[in-house]
Amino acid sequence: MGTPTLGHYLVLSGLLFAIGLAGVIVRRDLLIMYMCLEIMLNAANLSLVAFSRFSHQVRGQVLVFFVITVAAVEVAVGLALLVSLYRMKRTTKAEEITALKF
Amino acid sequence: MAWLLLLAPLTSAFLVWVALRPYPRLSQAVSIAASGLAFLTALGIALGKVGAPAALSWVDLPGLRIEIGMTLDSLARLMLLMVTGVAFLIHVYSLGYMAEDPGRARFFGELSLFLASMIGIIVSTNFVMMYIFWELVGVSSYLLIGFWFEKNSAADAARKAFLANRVGDFGFLLGILTFWATCGTVAFDPGAARGLAGNWLAPVAALLLFCGCVGKSAQIPLHVWLPDAMEGPTPVSALIHAATMVAAGVYMLCRIFFVLELSPEALSVIAWTGGITALVAALIATQQNDIKRVLAYSTMSQLGYMVLAVGCASTTAAMFHLTTHGFFKALLFMGAGSVLHALHHEQDIWRMGGVGRKMPLTFVTFGIGAAALAGIPGLSGFFSKEEILQAAARNEPVLFWMAAFTAALTAFYMTRITLVAFLGKPRTKAAEHAKESPFVMGFPLIVLSVLAVIAGYSFFGIEHLLGGHEAEGKNPLVPMASLTAVLLGLTAGAITYGRANQERIAIPLFERKFYFDEIYDWTVLKLQEESARLLAWADQWIVGFVLVRGGAFVVSLGGEMLRLLQAGNLREYAFLFALGAGGILLLLFGR
Amino acid sequence: MEGFLFWFAALVLLGSAVAVIVNRSPVASALSLVTMILALAGLFGLLGAYFLAAVQVWVYAGAVMVLFLFIIMLLDLKAEEGTPLRPLGVGAGLLILVLLGAGFWRAIPSSAWEANSARVAEANDATSIGHLLFGAYVLPFEAVGLLLLVAMVGVIVLSKKDV
Repeated sequence: MGTPTLGHYLVLSGLLFAIGLAGVIVRRDLLIMYMCLEIMLNAANLSLVAFSRFSHQVRGQVLVFFVITVAAVEVAVGLALLVSLYRMKRTTKAEEITALKF
Repeated sequence: MAWLLLLAPLTSAFLVWVALRPYPRLSQAVSIAASGLAFLTALGIALGKVGAPAALSWVDLPGLRIEIGMTLDSLARLMLLMVTGVAFLIHVYSLGYMAEDPGRARFFGELSLFLASMIGIIVSTNFVMMYIFWELVGVSSYLLIGFWFEKNSAADAARKAFLANRVGDFGFLLGILTFWATCGTVAFDPGAARGLAGNWLAPVAALLLFCGCVGKSAQIPLHVWLPDAMEGPTPVSALIHAATMVAAGVYMLCRIFFVLELSPEALSVIAWTGGITALVAALIATQQNDIKRVLAYSTMSQLGYMVLAVGCASTTAAMFHLTTHGFFKALLFMGAGSVLHALHHEQDIWRMGGVGRKMPLTFVTFGIGAAALAGIPGLSGFFSKEEILQAAARNEPVLFWMAAFTAALTAFYMTRITLVAFLGKPRTKAAEHAKESPFVMGFPLIVLSVLAVIAGYSFFGIEHLLGGHEAEGKNPLVPMASLTAVLLGLTAGAITYGRANQERIAIPLFERKFYFDEIYDWTVLKLQEESARLLAWADQWIVGFVLVRGGAFVVSLGGEMLRLLQAGNLREYAFLFALGAGGILLLLFGR
Repeated sequence: MEGFLFWFAALVLLGSAVAVIVNRSPVASALSLVTMILALAGLFGLLGAYFLAAVQVWVYAGAVMVLFLFIIMLLDLKAEEGTPLRPLGVGAGLLILVLLGAGFWRAIPSSAWEANSARVAEANDATSIGHLLFGAYVLPFEAVGLLLLVAMVGVIVLSKKDV
C-alpha cells in the first residue's frame, strides 16, 4: 500500500458520486434522496480538495468552503420545502408527487 | 413650359377628384380649360415655340436609370397635336352630351385623368415611364367605360376591358423586362437595342412588347373588350375607343420600332395579326345593328390596318392613318352620339331612319366622316389608306389583297349604316321627333369634318411632319385596286340597303362576331372549372390533409410519445439525466 | 502509514455511502451519512486540509445532520420500512453506477497516477484561507452570507402554516 496519488482520490470521488446518483434513482423517499444529494456534493468536494493538494493551491479549499455553505443553505431550504410538501400531501414519496405530470 | 402638357390635365383631375365634384359647372370649366391649355402647349411645341424640358432623374441605380422626361420628336408632336386637339373638341362636345347627367363632374375629372395619362404615353422617354402612363390609361379607360356603373352591362364591360388589357400589359411588362435584361437600359435608345440584334431574344422581346399593343389596340385575339366598351358614354367612345387610347398601341409600336425592326419574324407576325384583325372586324361590322358597335368594329378594322402598316415596316403610313383616322372616327362617333342624344339613347339602326332630314348638320358631318373612312378619293382616309396598301403591296401580296377586300367591306358597311340610319322613313316615334343637337355638340362636328377632309393633303403637313413622302416603290396597281374596291363596296351597299326597312342579309357567323365571346366564355369556363376542381382537390388532400393535418399528426404523435417519458417521476428524470451525463463522459473519454 | 489510512478511510466512506442507500430506516440512513461525513473529514485531514476537515465536521456532522434527524423525527417517517426496493429501480441505479464509474475512470488522465507530487501546498492553514476569504474572495464571501440570510428568511416563510 503505497502513498495514494491524485488518481486514487479521483477514483474514490467518482465512485462516491456515482453511488450518490444511484441512490437518488434507487430510493423513493425524498428525504433519502436529499441525503444522496449530499453524498454527491461531498464527492465533488473531495475531488476539489485533492486537486488543491496536488496542484499546491489553497484556492481550491476556498471553493470547497463555499460549496459547504451553499450545501447547508440547500439542505435548509430543501427540508423546509419537504415539510410544507408533507403538510400538503401527507407523503414524502417521490412517485406520489406528480403535479408536473401532463 | 412643356410640363404644362402633363400638369394641366393632372391638376384638373386632381382638383375635380378632391374638391370640385359637387360643382359640375366648375368641374367642366376646369377640365375644359386644362384640355385647352394642353392643346395650346402642344401647338406651341409643334410650332417650335416650346422646347423639351430637361429630364428629371427618378431612379438612378447601377444598371437601372429611369428618367421622367419628354420626347418631343416629330412623331410625338404629331400625336400630341392630334390627341390634345381631338380631346379638346370632345371636352366641348361633352358639355352638350352630358348636360343632363348628374355625375358629369366626375366624368370631366376622369376625362382629364385620361388626357394626362395619354399625353404621358406620348412624351415618354423610356419604357418604364411609358408603362406607368400605359396603365394609367387602362385605369381611366376602366373608369370611363364603367361611368354608368349602375348598369350591369357597363360594369361588366369595364371589367372585361380592364382584364383584356391586363393580359396584353402583362406581355408588355415581360417585354420591357426582356429588353432591360438584354440591353441594360430602359430608355428608347436605338443604340442600346443593337445589343439585341441577332440575339434569339430579339423576336421574343418584340413580340412581348407587341402584346401590349394587341391588348390596347384591340387586335385579335384580345379585341373582345372594344365592342363592349361602347357601354360608356359616347364622348368616351369617341375619345378613348376611336381616336386616342386604342391608337396608343400603334403609337407605341412606332415608338419602339427600333426593337421591332431587329426581327423580321416578329414584323411578319405583327403584319399578319393586323391584316387578319382588319378583315375579321370588317366582316363582323357588316352584320351589326348597333350603330356604335359598327363603329367599334370599324375602329378595330382600321387599327388592324395601322398594325399591318407597322408590320410592313412603314411607320409613316401607320402614323398617317392613325392621325386621319383619329379625326374622322372621332367625328363619326360624335355624329352617332348626336343621333343617340336626339333619340334618347336608341342605338339600333333599324329603329332610326330618316334622321338625316331632322338633323342636317349631323347628317352632313357624319356623311363626310363615313366617306373619309370608306376611302372616297379626295378625303383624308383615301390618302392614308393608300399608303398602307402600298406598304402591304411591297411586302406581301396576300396581305394586300386582304386589305383591299377589307377596304371594300368598309365602304359597304359605312354605306349600310348611313343609308339605314339617316335616310328612308322614320321607323319609330323617337326617330320622328328627333331634333338637331345644340351648338356645343355641332361645333366639334364641323371642326372635325373639316379636318377629316383636308388632313390627307400635303399642305396640311402630316406627312411633312413625319419626314416626307416615301416615294420609292409606288405600285400603280394599288390605287386602281383600292378605288375599285371602294366603288364595289359602295355600290353593293347602296343596292342592298337603298330602300331597306329590315336586314336583307343574315350571316350568323358575322352577326355573332365569329363566336369569339362564346369561345372565350366556354374555354375560360372549362379551364377555370377544371383548374379550380384540380386546385380544390390539391388543396383538400395535398395541402389540407397531407401537409396541414399530416404535419399536425406527426407533431402530436411525437408529443404523445415524448409524453410517456414525462411521467412526472423525479427518479426517472434523474435516471435519464444521469444516463445522458454518463453517455457524454464516455463519448468524450471512452476511446 | 498514509497508504493504510487512505484505504481505511476510503473503505469506510464507500461502505457508509452504500449503507445510506441500502438501509431501510431513515434514521439508520442518516447515521450512515454521518459516518460517511466523518470518513470524508478524515480524508480531508489526510490531504492536509485541516481547516476544511474541521468545517466538515462542524457544519455537516453537526448542523446539517441534526437538521435531517430533526425532520425525520418531525415527520415520523416509517412508511418505507418493509416495502422492498423495486428491482427496476435497483437495476437502473446499478447501471448508472457502472456507467458513471467507467466514465470517471476513463476521464482521469494517466499523469494523475504519478506519485511524486504529493506535498503540502504553500501556507496551508486556516490563516491563509482566511486571508484569501477576506481578500481575493471577499465578494463571493459576502454573497454567500447574503444567500444564507435569504435562505433563512425563505425557510421561515415556508415553515409558517398559513402564509
